[in-house]
Amino acid sequence: MSETTKRRLLVALAGQQNSGKSTLFNALTGVRQHIANYPGVTVDKKSGGYTDGNLRVQVVDLPGTYSLTSFSLEERVARSFLLDEKPDIVVNVLDASNLRRSLYLTFQLMEMGFPVIVVLNMMDVADRRGLEIDLRSLENRLCVPVVTSVGRKGIGREELRAAIRRVGLDGQTVPATLNYGDLEDCVVAIQSQLSDLPAVTGKVSARWLAVKLLEGDPEAERLLSDSFNNTRGIVDQARAARESFEDSAGVSTADHIVSCRDHLAGDITATCVLDHNKEKTPLTERVDRFLLNRWLAPVFLVLTVWVIYELSIVQGYELTKLTWPFLASFRNLTADVLPAAGFLYDPQIRAMGLWLVDSAITLLNYVPIFLILFALIAILEDSGYMARIAFILDRILHRFGLHGQSTLPFILGGVFAGGCAVPGVMATKGIPDQRARLATVLTVPFMNCLAKVPLYTLLINIYFVETKGLVLFYLSTITVIAALLVAKLLSVSVLRNMETAPFVMELPHYHPPTVTGVVRRSFDRTWLYIKKVGTVVVAVAAVVYVLLQFPGLTAEQRAHHEDRAEAAITKFYQDMEGNALASAVSDQDSLVHLVNVYTSYRAEKLNAGGKEASAAIDEAYREEHPEFFPFLKRSKEKASRDAARALKTLANNRKTIRREMKSERIVNSFLGQIGRGLEPVTQFANFDWKINVALLSSFAARESSVATLGVLFEQAEGENKTLEERMGAERKAAGYTGLTAVAVMLFFALYPPCLATTIMVRVQTNSYRWMGFSIVFPTILGLTVASLTYTIGTALELSGIQMMSAVYAVALIMLLAVGFFKRPFGVALPLPRSRKPAGETAP
Amino acid sequence: MFGEAQGARGMRHRHRHGWRGETAGGKLSAAPSLNDMAPGTTCRIKRLLGQGAIRQRLLDMGFVPGAEVAVIRSAPLRDPIEVRIGGSFVTVRREEAARIEVTDV
Repeated sequence: MSETTKRRLLVALAGQQNSGKSTLFNALTGVRQHIANYPGVTVDKKSGGYTDGNLRVQVVDLPGTYSLTSFSLEERVARSFLLDEKPDIVVNVLDASNLRRSLYLTFQLMEMGFPVIVVLNMMDVADRRGLEIDLRSLENRLCVPVVTSVGRKGIGREELRAAIRRVGLDGQTVPATLNYGDLEDCVVAIQSQLSDLPAVTGKVSARWLAVKLLEGDPEAERLLSDSFNNTRGIVDQARAARESFEDSAGVSTADHIVSCRDHLAGDITATCVLDHNKEKTPLTERVDRFLLNRWLAPVFLVLTVWVIYELSIVQGYELTKLTWPFLASFRNLTADVLPAAGFLYDPQIRAMGLWLVDSAITLLNYVPIFLILFALIAILEDSGYMARIAFILDRILHRFGLHGQSTLPFILGGVFAGGCAVPGVMATKGIPDQRARLATVLTVPFMNCLAKVPLYTLLINIYFVETKGLVLFYLSTITVIAALLVAKLLSVSVLRNMETAPFVMELPHYHPPTVTGVVRRSFDRTWLYIKKVGTVVVAVAAVVYVLLQFPGLTAEQRAHHEDRAEAAITKFYQDMEGNALASAVSDQDSLVHLVNVYTSYRAEKLNAGGKEASAAIDEAYREEHPEFFPFLKRSKEKASRDAARALKTLANNRKTIRREMKSERIVNSFLGQIGRGLEPVTQFANFDWKINVALLSSFAARESSVATLGVLFEQAEGENKTLEERMGAERKAAGYTGLTAVAVMLFFALYPPCLATTIMVRVQTNSYRWMGFSIVFPTILGLTVASLTYTIGTALELSGIQMMSAVYAVALIMLLAVGFFKRPFGVALPLPRSRKPAGETAP
Repeated sequence: MFGEAQGARGMRHRHRHGWRGETAGGKLSAAPSLNDMAPGTTCRIKRLLGQGAIRQRLLDMGFVPGAEVAVIRSAPLRDPIEVRIGGSFVTVRREEAARIEVTDV
């Protein structure tokens, strides 16, 4: 190796969840990191690197694990990385405040024969809890370098880098080995046999494999048979040794092995850690006496949820009013940059560009809400209260096949009307129970995300003006009821054979969240929302655009509209006859230009806040288009007044014609045809093609539903009614009733996740089949519920609100039945026959 | 694994008779389990019933034969329970607690 080439060093970061491993990883590698999935699984693989003199250090953050068995996905991933990639050094991150339990993993890593560096992280927490750790004797007992750090504050980074450098250059350290007491002879016997097999020792440590074989670890047997043909002898020997040990000692070998580890860990902890607060009740426990008190706990929980709702949704909504003008001016800016509009037909690039910008800014409008929401949730997580929420609610959630830790995804998804299913589905990552995790993934989209609200509001304002509050209450709670029932249904049907795990969760000690930690998490999650949702939604918006735009108008329709436009223009010139200002619009092109300037002037004026801003816009237009300005701004002169009036009429006529063209285009469009094609299926719910089109387009992004309805329920000429009034009038004519509204709202509540969410489902389950299931199942469910609601409601001649109450009552009764009576609804969940990785069970 | 399914069913049966029910048929074993311990009591783990992932998870969290466990409280809806083991607070469902055989200290 020449002096100029840098030596490469592969370092794996191993440790338990919540040991602060990821924070330490960030501190160690700085910003140069790369996040990918481990091949074939949904566990994040973070790798990054740094240069230290002539060392090029690559750091891989292994998934958080407590041990290295083959029982959980994370452990399998971590273990196969260690075995296959053979890192040069393993940095074992330990929670200094919980040394004893952390040491189990350390022993296993050392047994595997890796040079280990132990990092005692979260030293500040240990200090606060009055734990004094004697580092020198810990180093002596473990025979590996021990470094301390406070990952959150970047303390200890240089020491760790120095230790990595030292160990990396020195080569092997000699780790101490754990003595297995009565089993030690058997371990040594098998170990020595394995040591004679170069095929094995080239791959793994003989001692580690010997212990694993004695434990009866199936993957260890497989590992052995992979590297060596005739394994029966050793496997049988291990089995015989295991059985004879169990007969004589009266405990299982596996129990004995963990006992030995725990015993040594306990011994080391006893000699190296001094607990100053041993006799005192920890602060966390004193706090929990209130927060987890049987009667107070629900009160605090409700209070917390209310605060989140109030701060993020209510206050966040106020904030969007401040940010909206920026987005609107961005839209106006884009409108200026794109090729100018024609009188009737716009260049395709302009129409599509604006369509895409519109879909993007609708989503960006929610950013302030998400920033606040995610910051609050980060505070809950970091402080340790989130784990307590899981503790309080697990009983209920478990009854329905979910998990205490499903709470976070549901809150993110919008339990109380507001949220987004994309981060919600993403947050299911932390649920250790595969079955509950999948049930959560598939039910989070039922929550009322922010984008479902506009359609609810629209329909409620038309049909349920008097009972607004009640209907809103029904809608925001019926989704939770539906989610619980569906979760139960799925758990006992398609998910019944999924891998499951016990609810054994640590309640972390409370500690104050740091500002940087909270801000960072909030930005990260919001950014993910923007990135994932933004790109997918814009892509789908483009597809929907095409489906709505083509094949376009027929020749007769075009001719008809062109005639009307011609008439409108002729009328304008008649009005302008003899007017001195007519010279500004001597030809068609300048007239079209004038109308466009007028339209953007109106848009900007509408967006302007306050008199001054409005005056500034006037000034800008006066300067830029001096010849047009008399048309735009009515002045006292007669010529200007007439010109402005003529222009306004022309602009209104144009608007009307264009709107009718748009409507006809949608009627003719592919999506319109699909909508009509679906009528035979949706007629039972009384959905006509217009509603079908709106619901279909909302698959791209929920917001689209209201926008599409806005286009479909056209404004008649000269009228200036709100969408509510228009829909109300048209719907009465078309035979829509409050029942239709109920059917639409229920369908919308149970509707399949939007496309961005289904992509996230794909990412989280690693399976296209589950993604397909997440689309098909809710569609069928929603349509069934909507059809039943409408058909039964019509048969019984119920009003919308009566039917809504009836549906709600039925749902509630079902919920209580499943919740309180174990049989026949609450049949014990079967335990899976065999373990299967996530997503491989076909729905 | 079938054995576990049996065990789980047996436990449900027992739940119906209350947490400390002494029904013969549904009991996992004659020895008391962590599930039978009242908040405020301390006990020592004798052995873990069952096998596989569930057992491993319990072991990882420190529920190791010989370890001392203090029962702190039940959740507001009685399930799960919170215990203190080593220096940490851990919650475990009663279903799993019933797999942990204990002896009084």
